[in-house]
Amino acid sequence: METLMAFTMGFMAAGSVYLLLSHNLVRVLFGLILLSNAANFVIFAAGGMTEGLPPLIRAGAKELTGVYSNPLPQALILTAIVISFGLLAFALVLVYRGYQELGTVDSDRMRLAEPPHPDQDIPEPEEPRRPQVRDAARRVENIREPVGREPAGREPAGSDAS
Amino acid sequence: MSWYLIAPILVPMTTAVLAIMLWNSRAAQRAVSAAGAGLHLVSAILLMAKVWQGGILAGQMGGWPAPFGITLVADHLSAVMVLITGIMGLGVGLYSLSDINEDRERNGFHPLYHVLLTGVTGAFITGDLFNLYVWFEVMLIASFALLALGAEKEQLDGAIKYAAINVVATVMFLIAVGILYGLTGTLNMADLAVRLPQVEQQGLVTTVAVLFMITFGIKSAVFPLFFWLPASYHTPAVAVSAIFAGLLTKVGVYALVRTFTLIFTGDVAYTHTALLVVAGLTMVTGVLGAAAQNEIRRILSFHIISQIGYMVMGLALYTPLGLIGAVFYLVHHIIVKTNLFLVAGVAKRLTGSMELKKIGGLYKASPLLAVLFLIPALSLGGIPPLSGFWAKLVLIRASLEIGSYAIAATAILVGLLTMFSMTKIWGEAFWKPHPGGDARVLSISDLTRTERTLLIGPIVVFAALTVAIGLWTQPFLDLATRASAELLAPAPYIEAVLGPQAGVPGAQHAGAQP
Repeated sequence: METLMAFTMGFMAAGSVYLLLSHNLVRVLFGLILLSNAANFVIFAAGGMTEGLPPLIRAGAKELTGVYSNPLPQALILTAIVISFGLLAFALVLVYRGYQELGTVDSDRMRLAEPPHPDQDIPEPEEPRRPQVRDAARRVENIREPVGREPAGREPAGSDAS
Repeated sequence: MSWYLIAPILVPMTTAVLAIMLWNSRAAQRAVSAAGAGLHLVSAILLMAKVWQGGILAGQMGGWPAPFGITLVADHLSAVMVLITGIMGLGVGLYSLSDINEDRERNGFHPLYHVLLTGVTGAFITGDLFNLYVWFEVMLIASFALLALGAEKEQLDGAIKYAAINVVATVMFLIAVGILYGLTGTLNMADLAVRLPQVEQQGLVTTVAVLFMITFGIKSAVFPLFFWLPASYHTPAVAVSAIFAGLLTKVGVYALVRTFTLIFTGDVAYTHTALLVVAGLTMVTGVLGAAAQNEIRRILSFHIISQIGYMVMGLALYTPLGLIGAVFYLVHHIIVKTNLFLVAGVAKRLTGSMELKKIGGLYKASPLLAVLFLIPALSLGGIPPLSGFWAKLVLIRASLEIGSYAIAATAILVGLLTMFSMTKIWGEAFWKPHPGGDARVLSISDLTRTERTLLIGPIVVFAALTVAIGLWTQPFLDLATRASAELLAPAPYIEAVLGPQAGVPGAQHAGAQP
């Protein structure tokens, strides 16, 4: 059983690394899901594999005696599942929103936060970007307004980029 | 059950809940947020006072005895970190009232901000590794949302990178926690400190230690795991990047300090040497990265990385003086770095941009802001008598003491390079004329009165703190000394958590307790 678990975790981890190395953010997300489940298996296996044994205390007894299943790893995994579910749901929405705004799920094309060096050859995004920086004159005119731009328009997803 | 321990976590949590309940009223949210941040600071001061007088404070939640229940514990390091979180939380919270636009407030800035503070405080107070993981996640999910709040294109781009790498880091954390549990059957940090030396497979313990090093390394942005930080920290609203710059990476550093002084001290020669090399490389790469940038917040982001190197260096030296330096540097850095980001935000208000090529003339328009920039900038570079000088001095003395001349030289050199890129901001943003004519630059007196109070007030207070730490160093050094003594001799910590009968290793890291 331990061997089987070890191989399962190994395959999951290897698969997740393969997916994480992808340019495609959706694949990266799947990689993260796979990796977090591999981590749950690690905790489960670390708690000791005891098949078919009770995790409960007998009536009248004060503590677990003899061989028993350790319930704590399962409690830890339960917490971890809930947390990673929340995180991954958020990440999924984030990638989707990024796809709406940036028109791509290719991490190589997402170069707004870190603009590439002019000499570097980066594939152009499919849709023309809005100019990043407004001209200084307009900025100073608008300086009384709250800092930050107006919320970017929500184009319907995937209409022009696929 | 000690309310001193619970209050700093409970107050921001309650504030966040209240702010969510007041979702439709922007004014009420702002009031609750400011009041909550103030109360958080009060509770942090109370905790600090209690720990200063009575020593390490430990509490078992739910009344379960130590290794089974959830432990909250505050020693001097935790208490001072909570205190500084409170100060930053209030200062940046007030700043954000003027900096965050209505759209972002309507989308839940205030609740998220307080959830972030909850997570940070919880991470500082917890005495249990799995709970540390949970607090990391609380902090992380709030930071994701804060980073993406506003949904500008750059922000989404930065947030995606930040989210991806940080999720990987927490999953690695979880795996390391799992293996550690398998080895020892406990996750209580004090209990781990007792039990780990008894584990037979010490090689495996070192492996887990390295796993933790990588996990917390990603969190604290050390070489070579820092690339997410300059990609994301300059994209959100100024208040958000200021609180991130001050607190988030420092939670990683705190976790490194905590685990590598309390738990993983079995193979110091290996782990702490690795940390020392990492620290040196972090300092150098961070400062070189900063020298190549032309946007204020990106320069400052790279500086966070190089400064993290100093703190890790203090930990890696693993001498009393080294740890004093690390603790001192942590506190100094949080104040200074947050302040620099806040000043950058005001500079953006006045000139319209943070690109150094597009702005200028700030000195002429508002000399006050120039002074307020100079104080933290000089402190960051390590000019006496500001706080950064003492922090660097202690660290360099500590490294000379044990003959690590290479790291001492690196620290000095990096300090010089830091000054270089600070003068770059000074020269480009403050001294040279604005490319579009100096008339385009507003002065502080052009801001409305509320804006002035909310934006400049925290900056002045933080600058005063830096100067105060520099001029009256002794009390702060005392505090750092106490914290460092507790870190190097964890017996009182273990005793406070597990009770006096616990098998406390007598010496620093006595291996052979039956």
